[in-house]
Amino acid sequence: MFRRIKDKNIRDDQIVYHSLRDSSIIRLFVLPVIILLVAINVFPLFWSLILSFSNYSAKMVTEWGKNPEMVGGVNYSKILTDPDMWYKFITTAKYVVLSVSGEMILGFGLALLLQLKFKGRELITTFLILPMTMSPVIVGLMWKLFYDPNWGMFNFLLGLGKIDWISDPSRNLYSVVIVDIWMWTPFVMLLSIAGLSAIPKYLYEAAEIDRASWWSKFRRITLPMVYPILLVALIFRTMEAFKIFDLPMGITGRGAMAPQLIAMHLYNVSFVTWKTSYGSAIGYIILIVIIAITSIFIKYLNKAKQ
Amino acid sequence: MKKLLISLFTVVLTFSLIFMGIGCKGAVEEAVTEAVEEAVEAVEEAVEEVEEAPEEVTEEPAVEQFITIHWAQWAPADYLEKLSEGFTAETGIKVIVEQTPWETFVQKYNTEMIARSDAWDIIVGDSQDIGNMAINGHYVDLTDWIIENGVDKTFTPASLTYYAEYPKGAGKYYAVPCEGDALGWAYRKDLFEDADNMAAFEAEYGYALGIPESWDNLKDIAEFFHDPDNDFYGVAIYGDNGYDSLAMFAEQVIWSFGGELGDYATYEVDGLLNSEGAIAGIEYYHELFQFVPPGFGDAFFIKTNDAFVAGIVPMTTNYFAFFPGLANEATNPYAADTGYFACPPQVGSDGEERQFAALGGQGLSVVAYSEKQDLAYQYLTWFVKEETQMEWAKLGGYTCHAGVLESDEFLNATPYNPAFKVSMEIFKDWWACPEYDELLRTFSENIAKYVVAGDGTAEEALNKCVEDWEEIFEAAGY
Repeated sequence: MFRRIKDKNIRDDQIVYHSLRDSSIIRLFVLPVIILLVAINVFPLFWSLILSFSNYSAKMVTEWGKNPEMVGGVNYSKILTDPDMWYKFITTAKYVVLSVSGEMILGFGLALLLQLKFKGRELITTFLILPMTMSPVIVGLMWKLFYDPNWGMFNFLLGLGKIDWISDPSRNLYSVVIVDIWMWTPFVMLLSIAGLSAIPKYLYEAAEIDRASWWSKFRRITLPMVYPILLVALIFRTMEAFKIFDLPMGITGRGAMAPQLIAMHLYNVSFVTWKTSYGSAIGYIILIVIIAITSIFIKYLNKAKQ
Repeated sequence: MKKLLISLFTVVLTFSLIFMGIGCKGAVEEAVTEAVEEAVEAVEEAVEEVEEAPEEVTEEPAVEQFITIHWAQWAPADYLEKLSEGFTAETGIKVIVEQTPWETFVQKYNTEMIARSDAWDIIVGDSQDIGNMAINGHYVDLTDWIIENGVDKTFTPASLTYYAEYPKGAGKYYAVPCEGDALGWAYRKDLFEDADNMAAFEAEYGYALGIPESWDNLKDIAEFFHDPDNDFYGVAIYGDNGYDSLAMFAEQVIWSFGGELGDYATYEVDGLLNSEGAIAGIEYYHELFQFVPPGFGDAFFIKTNDAFVAGIVPMTTNYFAFFPGLANEATNPYAADTGYFACPPQVGSDGEERQFAALGGQGLSVVAYSEKQDLAYQYLTWFVKEETQMEWAKLGGYTCHAGVLESDEFLNATPYNPAFKVSMEIFKDWWACPEYDELLRTFSENIAKYVVAGDGTAEEALNKCVEDWEEIFEAAGY
């Protein structure tokens, strides 16, 4: 990294060593990563944006002007005016609200319970975290077996008879919500525990002196102090739940009677019927929706920080 | 003194050499001659070796020849791997059968072909995908090869049409029929032949209980056995609508009741897909679906076999490829009492009797991007031989070779082979145009809503299909 500059007019002990500037070294080290990112992330991102304005199908032979043929905003207008797509967005929103609210309530509740001092608390915490450590596809397939109305354990243990949790379209969205809550509640719980542990004890001691009730302490100390970290959990879970794919794929498959979630539809459009451009347009709409929702949450997060 | 000694030594040495030279002249000459002869022989041998050596030296080390075949992950792929050992023994060419789970099988080979990959030399692809593969140039045109090798004469005409030809009737072939398959039925002979059941059935329906002679008959049997209070159900049929299972069951009842999926040559669907016969077929499917065990809305080959093996249904449909599991006592406790039959005929509302079975199975196609096409052709030449086809059948593969199908050896090999032979005569396939996957998806969505969920009517579902399909064909430019 050093360059030896020898001037014939100066003595050896006057040799000057010029190093590469720090910024140059940084650029040199970052360059391979940047090249990789551009090649496998940035380029496909912009390429799919261009494709979303065409009628390209990856299955057919590429022939410029025909496949892809630029068609303007046809895909976007088709998606936004299709009642079936709106139904899928509503179903996805329903899924997000149900699963995320369930996880937030249960996760925070469990974190509060685990603040109590009792024997075996650490062991219980470890067991509660286990679902989160498993692969979503494996979890999906495992629950598919649990849910089976003929030989599954779910109905048997709850004494529910022969309820079809998988292929009945009026019920299978809730089956996936249950599994999502089972799997990701520990995540909210962990973040909540971290937030609760960081609350200074003297605040509660001061409240005790003022003879504040449990509810009053919870409302005025606990909740405001944990609020920012709960918002972080909310942002992560909302983003994840909105683009959920692996769990429903494992539990219900991708059939017409499976929950009509937008990410499942995106898969079917892009990789089953190979309508690449249409799939790209759906992908961009999902991206915009996620950015919009996340921006709202981040706004609240910034407010909470202040 | 020193000088004297040196002079004496020199004189003695000189005289000694002179005497040695005179006395041993003959021996020296002989020795020299022998040595020279030996040396000449050695040089000649070395020259000979050197002359022979270049061939050995310049020859490249022997490279193992192999071809790779891509197929779905299931028992027939294992049979093909086993069968191919014969080809390796004969030619020295190794055959690798790469298997992909069914869930991603079609997506995987499509993705590889889009990338013009030479990962495989042969693909055992789905029959309905042949149009896509042919039009996009992924498969090699095998027409001349098929005619030269007489495959058009030795294999059943229907198998060539559905597994190999595109467009249908054009006489252009892109595959060699490999695994012939169709939907068939397995039933519990002990229940069907039980005296009490037979008497009760006859009293209720007015005819004898036995192998169904019509689809209506089959529904009566399902209704008769259906007893959900005692965890026993009438029939196990497909309900899964993710890929083609629901569509395959639906198409055979549509055809049998007098409907059509459309005109494969003109792409017309209105009046065919929503005809009286087609509506009757879908209504029948919905009615039969009322007798399946709970949770059969996602049932495919595993679930139907599981229900049969668990002893909760008296009969099940499945592709013949999955029947070896039912004939095996290790996997089916009722194996000894299991019988098999082909899809029954049905008299339509027009009074005409029709009998159809949905086609399964795949053909062997040579990948256009393969660099070992010569080896692939060599493999196909070996595969189509009658003796190979007989061996294929014995291993559990379903041959489409007419001679083998007719042979007693084949018909007596398994309890389901006679039903398979009948099915090979009545099978028919789905659309094979490149848009087949879109047609499958929309069909499954519309039909499942009625058949599985009970929403709307058969007529509404089929009319929606017609609407969707016309849009797809229009977009494709037909």
